[in-house]
Amino acid sequence: MAERVERPVLDVSHLPTVAFGTRSLTWWGVMGMMAIEGTVFVLMIASYFYLHSRNSEWPPHRNPPDLLWGTVNLIVFLVSVIPNEWYRRRARKGDLRAVRIGLVLLSLFGIGNVVIRYFELWHLNTDWSIDAYGSAVWTLMGLHVLHLVTDLVDTIVLTVLFFTSLVEGKRFQDAEENAAYWYFVVAFWVPIYLVIYWAPRWLHA
Amino acid sequence: MIIAAVPGFPGNQTSLNPVGPGAGRIEGEFALIFWITAIVYCLVLIALIVYVARRRHSMSDIPEPMPTTPQSDRWAKVAVSGAMVVTVLLLFTMMIGSFVTGHALGNMNRQTAYTIDVYAHQWWWEVQYPNDEPYKTVVTANEIHVPLGVQLRIHGTSRDVIHSFWAPNVQGKRDLMPGYDTDVMMQIDQPGRWRGQCAEYCGEQHAHMSFYMVAEPNHQFQQWLEQQAQSSIAPSTPQTVHGQQVFLSHACVMCHTIRGTPAGSRVGPDLTHLASRATIAAGLLPNTIGNLGGWILNAQALKPGCSMPPNQMTGSDLQDLLAYLGTLK
Amino acid sequence: MITTTAIESTAELTDQERLQAARLESVWREPRGWGWFKAVHHTTIGKRYAVTAFVFFGLAGLLAGGMRLQLAFPEAHILSNDLYNQFFTMHGSTMMFLFAVPMMFEALSVYLVPLMVGTRNIAFPRLNAYSYYLYLFGGLMFYVAFLCNTGADRGWFSYVPLAGPDYGPGKRPDFWAQLITFTEVSGLAVAVEIVVTVFKLRAPGMSLNRIPIFVWGQVVTAFMVIFSLPGVVLSSTMLLLDRTCNTQFFNPAVGGDVLLFQHLFWWFGHPEVYIIFIPGTAVISTIVTTFSRRHVFGYLVLVLSLVATGFMAFGLWVHHMFATGIPQIAESYFTAASMMIAIPTGAQIFCWIATLATGKVVLKTPMWWAIGFFFVFIMGGMTGIFVASVPVDLQVHDTYFVVAHFHYVLIGGAVFPLFGAIAYWFPKVTGRMMSEKLGQATFWLFFIGFNITFFPMHLVGLRGMPRRVYTYPANMGWTTLNQIESLGYVLLFIAVCLLLVNVSRSLRHGAPAGSNPWKAGTLEWATMSPPPHYNFLHLPTVNGREALWDAAPNQPVVVGLDEDVRSFLMTRSLDAEPDTRDEFPRPTIWPFLAAVATSIAFIASIFTPWGITLGAIPVAITMIGWFWPDRQPAEHRRTREIWQSE
Repeated sequence: MAERVERPVLDVSHLPTVAFGTRSLTWWGVMGMMAIEGTVFVLMIASYFYLHSRNSEWPPHRNPPDLLWGTVNLIVFLVSVIPNEWYRRRARKGDLRAVRIGLVLLSLFGIGNVVIRYFELWHLNTDWSIDAYGSAVWTLMGLHVLHLVTDLVDTIVLTVLFFTSLVEGKRFQDAEENAAYWYFVVAFWVPIYLVIYWAPRWLHA
Repeated sequence: MIIAAVPGFPGNQTSLNPVGPGAGRIEGEFALIFWITAIVYCLVLIALIVYVARRRHSMSDIPEPMPTTPQSDRWAKVAVSGAMVVTVLLLFTMMIGSFVTGHALGNMNRQTAYTIDVYAHQWWWEVQYPNDEPYKTVVTANEIHVPLGVQLRIHGTSRDVIHSFWAPNVQGKRDLMPGYDTDVMMQIDQPGRWRGQCAEYCGEQHAHMSFYMVAEPNHQFQQWLEQQAQSSIAPSTPQTVHGQQVFLSHACVMCHTIRGTPAGSRVGPDLTHLASRATIAAGLLPNTIGNLGGWILNAQALKPGCSMPPNQMTGSDLQDLLAYLGTLK
Repeated sequence: MITTTAIESTAELTDQERLQAARLESVWREPRGWGWFKAVHHTTIGKRYAVTAFVFFGLAGLLAGGMRLQLAFPEAHILSNDLYNQFFTMHGSTMMFLFAVPMMFEALSVYLVPLMVGTRNIAFPRLNAYSYYLYLFGGLMFYVAFLCNTGADRGWFSYVPLAGPDYGPGKRPDFWAQLITFTEVSGLAVAVEIVVTVFKLRAPGMSLNRIPIFVWGQVVTAFMVIFSLPGVVLSSTMLLLDRTCNTQFFNPAVGGDVLLFQHLFWWFGHPEVYIIFIPGTAVISTIVTTFSRRHVFGYLVLVLSLVATGFMAFGLWVHHMFATGIPQIAESYFTAASMMIAIPTGAQIFCWIATLATGKVVLKTPMWWAIGFFFVFIMGGMTGIFVASVPVDLQVHDTYFVVAHFHYVLIGGAVFPLFGAIAYWFPKVTGRMMSEKLGQATFWLFFIGFNITFFPMHLVGLRGMPRRVYTYPANMGWTTLNQIESLGYVLLFIAVCLLLVNVSRSLRHGAPAGSNPWKAGTLEWATMSPPPHYNFLHLPTVNGREALWDAAPNQPVVVGLDEDVRSFLMTRSLDAEPDTRDEFPRPTIWPFLAAVATSIAFIASIFTPWGITLGAIPVAITMIGWFWPDRQPAEHRRTREIWQSE
């Protein structure tokens, strides 16, 4: 029978339970999601250019998407970075009031983006069923719409949560990660915007 | 080749019996890789068996884990490094062999090649011999006659899904795809009927989409080509005249062309010289009266899912039709 | 000898430890009865993955039996062409999507990785449960469709235009495409869980150079999953969109391209086979180590080989498209890359042989399967060089030669290691030993049957027999070889039956295993068999690559985690120094409900585009329910929070 001996121990009871960035498990999960979805975006953009290489005219027989709404959305996205970064930093300090304000602001920005996106879709000057160009443009857009809408829902739910009594350290971690994910949505809009709105103009010339 | 020496080896539709430089060069690279990999495989497995046998712990209990000595690992380091070096060298050898072979295949001269157009359909091969004078263009199906010893350019595409043109005795395969115009070069140096088969899954009757490349001396080939360029002979006996009427009054004209008659549809194979072909239904059946009769009456029973519908007609109508078709040499 | 954290049974514990075990048990127990749907522990979910994947293996094997029966006679009418086309598609799709990845990657990593790194549960346990249900529902959908004569029939990679709206009538390709959606979400979820578990939940002292090779293999696989599955996500989605929403991705008449599908698919498809094979190598490394009684030779080389293989696998995909007429420079690059990937694989093989050659080889059943792996996989690797060479590939592509090649690498590289893994870890999972005699009989039957079935395929392929043909003419010289192959199937069938007999008898009558019957070195052997739901009574710390062999005489254990909640320790990703503490979720029904909602949305979208748009609403609701915190645990945590210092 095995002897039982007094053994040394590693006492971890003093370690923090609320930590941010790479020290938070869900941060890694969110990064994993970004890797996956980022790869989807990259492959979709590659598919767009692949189809372009197989077509002599691009876009075929029609105008590229109108610049106005897409560019407005780009500006709104970029402006939203300011409150985003602000509330992200305040979340790390556990500043409840700042996070509440920040989340409400970001929810409003998100709603604004969705509304503008609606107008963008009506001014793409193409339909997905006409040809491969139209299919590529709508699908690339559609992927970003999906990310925008799901992130908006996430943000709104988190906003509501922050106005209940269920707030705790974990929720501030969620708030930081929510901000990080918003960065992802904004950051990927930049190349997608350039591909949808500018690639046909530059390639055409 | 060893495999070719196995009794019962028919020698047709196989890459191991090359009849032209394309398949011939490929067989060379195949042999290189075969010998290198076979020897490496045997050496590695023998080493494994030897070491397992020598180091086998014979008692049924499991011994305590061994400490690893610097001595044993030093020897292992040398052995593994050596094995890695040999591996890299052998891989490079086979790779360079592959490049040399590929380069040689790619170098077959396009300019002086004789062009044959092949259009793949579900589940048959449309074959055209283009000519500067359009009325001399030959259209046939599933049987590709070619002159011996001449550089050939098979220029093709698909009319529906992806198929693959593959006559292994002659050359490696090439996919024929809608939206792509494809060229593959080949040459046959041995006379014969060399069988090929579609090698990309294309649906219900992928298994029955074969063709033959018939390689013959140039004068014979030219004779065949001239004959094929002719319009069909008008029927002269009462039976064959009636047979032609049967053809023209049934659904046949919806899909088939017989030049010299009003039937001009391009959906199915051109039948102008049907009787000159050795097989029907893309190599499925020998071209005999019995097979042809069965095919006309109920192709679905022989090749379920193919595009040819069953045809209702009386026995005597069928006889007359078959007699007429038999004149289409 | 003083044991470390290994305990044989609760009888051996001190009273204090027994109390501790009881407390942990009450906090960590999995719910019974209807609670089956609330389970969140990785060993529970891991076992479910394994059983479900094995059932699919059996179904795909039966389909193969039907195929071999039809092919045993030229121009046979045992299966109609339509049924045969469904059979081979279902066989391939089931093996690849419903067996190989779920078993080699998901089942093995979900069950073993948290134990091997010394933690109490996998990261994101609810996501883990959700991923299992999605996998199960996707597989069920696929087979229900098959039973309704709507089985996929366009091949396991479902090329367009054959699978497109013009040539693939009905719903068959749509069920294939949605199967992909289910299994890909499932696989991606587990991949993220594994990466996070391995980076953040390792026992203190398990620095990067002390991570077991098995875990390295699974983490490399997880990264490959993350970056490759998006390719098939996109290609199957584009296929579905072309079929249901009238997009034109693959219609050349309006600027679409049929090869776009192939590029996107094979971007995934090539890494996919390494996703199946690398866990196999991970198992072999483990078995060779344990049954050579020494640390594996060349740990650094093995790790670098795994990582190199993971990267290089992404650079080979066009070798599946050599027959499409790609430019010569591309041909040369992809030939070179496809041959060069043999280098890291060869390195692993030589390291294993060196380990055996300098160890004491114990020939128990797991080791027999490892030896079989060498014979079968290396043969497949050799024929891989043939197909890597473009000129040769142009003759053997889409023939039975390549069917032989991939069965040798997949069965050799995954099934042999898997059966070895079953023999090896069955004692840990069930607490009982399997029969050695039956195990060796199974091995020999399977090994011989496999070679009789698949070796002749090399020959019949070289004799010109293409693949995916439901029959062949009698005069081609293929008949005898086909008949030999079909006879070999019988041996394989009997072998698998023997395995099942062994499993079922051992479950009831097998000798008690104890915690470490093989005297192995990794952490899963440091706890009871089967492991309790809290995994380890004391969370371990680690002193070397083989945690148990290298443990110090007084190896410290972790204390200080709360025992009234599911507390766990996070360590730093590089050196595994203790970093923070957090809490795993308790059993909950939300992952199951979310999986049901997701499945309804996915399946409905086969029939109408509203399926996805309206179906998203219940999915959102269930996800919000899942995420919404429970009051009492939240308040509890708030009172004991310690924030990081900035």
